[in-house]
Amino acid sequence: MTSDLTDIFALAPAYPELALVIGAVLLLMIGVFQKNNHFMTINGLAIGLMGAVLVLLLFAPSDGVLFNGGFVQDEFSRFMKVLVLIGSIGALLVSVSAAEEHALNKFEYPVLVLLATLGMMMMISANDLISLYVALELQSLSLYVVAALKRDSARATEAGLKYFVLGALSSGMLLYGASMVYGFTGQTELGAITEAIALGEPSIGLIFGLVFLLAGLAFKISAVPFHMWTPDVYEGAPTPVTAFFAAAPKVAAMALFVRLTYGTFAPISTDWQQIVIFISILSMVLAAFAAIGQNNVKRLIAYSSIGHVGFALVGLSAGSQAGVQGVAIYMAVYLAMTIGLFACILSLKSDKGYIEQISDMKGLAQSRPFIAVIIAVMMFSLIGLPPLAGFFAKWQVFLAAVEARLYWLAVIGVLASAVSAFYYLRIVRTMYFDEPENNFAAAPMELTVVMGLAGLFVITYVFTFGGPIARMAEIAAASLH
Amino acid sequence: MTPAIGLGHFLTVAAILFTLGVFGIFLNRKNVIIILMSIELILLAVNINFVAFSAHLGDLAGQVFALMILTVAAAEAAIGLAILVVFFRNRGTIAVDDINMMKG
Repeated sequence: MTSDLTDIFALAPAYPELALVIGAVLLLMIGVFQKNNHFMTINGLAIGLMGAVLVLLLFAPSDGVLFNGGFVQDEFSRFMKVLVLIGSIGALLVSVSAAEEHALNKFEYPVLVLLATLGMMMMISANDLISLYVALELQSLSLYVVAALKRDSARATEAGLKYFVLGALSSGMLLYGASMVYGFTGQTELGAITEAIALGEPSIGLIFGLVFLLAGLAFKISAVPFHMWTPDVYEGAPTPVTAFFAAAPKVAAMALFVRLTYGTFAPISTDWQQIVIFISILSMVLAAFAAIGQNNVKRLIAYSSIGHVGFALVGLSAGSQAGVQGVAIYMAVYLAMTIGLFACILSLKSDKGYIEQISDMKGLAQSRPFIAVIIAVMMFSLIGLPPLAGFFAKWQVFLAAVEARLYWLAVIGVLASAVSAFYYLRIVRTMYFDEPENNFAAAPMELTVVMGLAGLFVITYVFTFGGPIARMAEIAAASLH
Repeated sequence: MTPAIGLGHFLTVAAILFTLGVFGIFLNRKNVIIILMSIELILLAVNINFVAFSAHLGDLAGQVFALMILTVAAAEAAIGLAILVVFFRNRGTIAVDDINMMKG
């Protein structure tokens, strides 16, 4: 339980985070002391560093609890950290070619992404309300700056300001909840809180704290009714930044959400299940209808991501191990689809610059058939059509809901995905059945690779990746209790 | 004899401050600086809660938490003001009603 900080080997479970923090500070120093702007070098080094941390996580796993219970490394945290690292690496990869046009070719950008990734990994491993809060703020503060990094753009700075104000409000609500939980259990360590709750009837103050905690976290995963920042921030931020926002932070916040509800508050599961069911239904339904009227691609993806958070929460609503396994699988598939989709969008550069509107994609199938096919595959997968990856992710969460006798929740979910098919298919129609208006330049090599990998993942999921991911997700879900 | 000030009084003050902060963010139609002040109010309300609970429980963890919040709040305010400055350079205004480029 206790760790000896003088012994470097006792810190093995935290090696990935240590490597990341040392690397981030080193890269910051390199960037500051170079006379010229070495964005490409720093970006490459950041990708390499995260790749090395990924290898460390996968091939030298070490579990344990460190820092007086403040930090835990288990199968669940390792699964989610791998997803977060893949998301961050993907986001940095797809921003290489587009960085200059989006004014992101500063060395601060990869360093901030590294620090945000560090915050996310600590969030996933947080095992104490204090370390949870500090990790969450490390992630959030980095993300606020990244959103406003294109500082001569009115839209990007407005996005940063909105994100900051609503993010700070959500942190405040989370903290108020944390103070209530601390006050009524007398503990800050998550395991000790579980024990304290299990002892007696939950007091009204504890339920109050739980509600505020979940409200604060619902902001971070952008679940309805705390979603209002998402479309504005996704639209206003530069597209490579949106790609980053849509992937890794969602996974990390969802992991934290799952650990708190399914893990820490397991003794009062009926109380949080009602809340999760409520925000899950609202997210699925609102996103399905609100996305229909959108013309901006990034805004549409924002509503789509709100809907997908709702679908993932269907699995958590079940409150079972199968449900948590479903959430883990859903986040893995969602991550691949999001990164693939953004690689496609960032490779669509016409004479007028990068595309923003759905109408800019008219006739894409004739000028760039490969990109159009990948986008179409991603759209079908986002709808949840078999045999693509999105279908199996949805299948798993709906199955868990049915097993927990939440039939109507599963029915609402299926209906919401049917409605969402309308706006996904609109993009496919625009690409395949409208006359071309724009000429697109050939996609850069690294974007083609990311698109190809994501497409391969989504198409062959059932034969190749599906089995191993389901097995790892099962072990991950089992490690929470 | 005046009644002793107990945990309930502190929690009530904190709850009132917290509510004031939240309403300050949503009802304020004037100035972004007021929003930043409201955020500080929320965080300080939480700090009162933590210190009150800590004293009541005789447990130091709450006060450690409060110190952490103070530190992070300072960093948060610095970043908020920095973003506000770049926003002002682009738009020439910090009125809440003018943060309206994106809607829908």
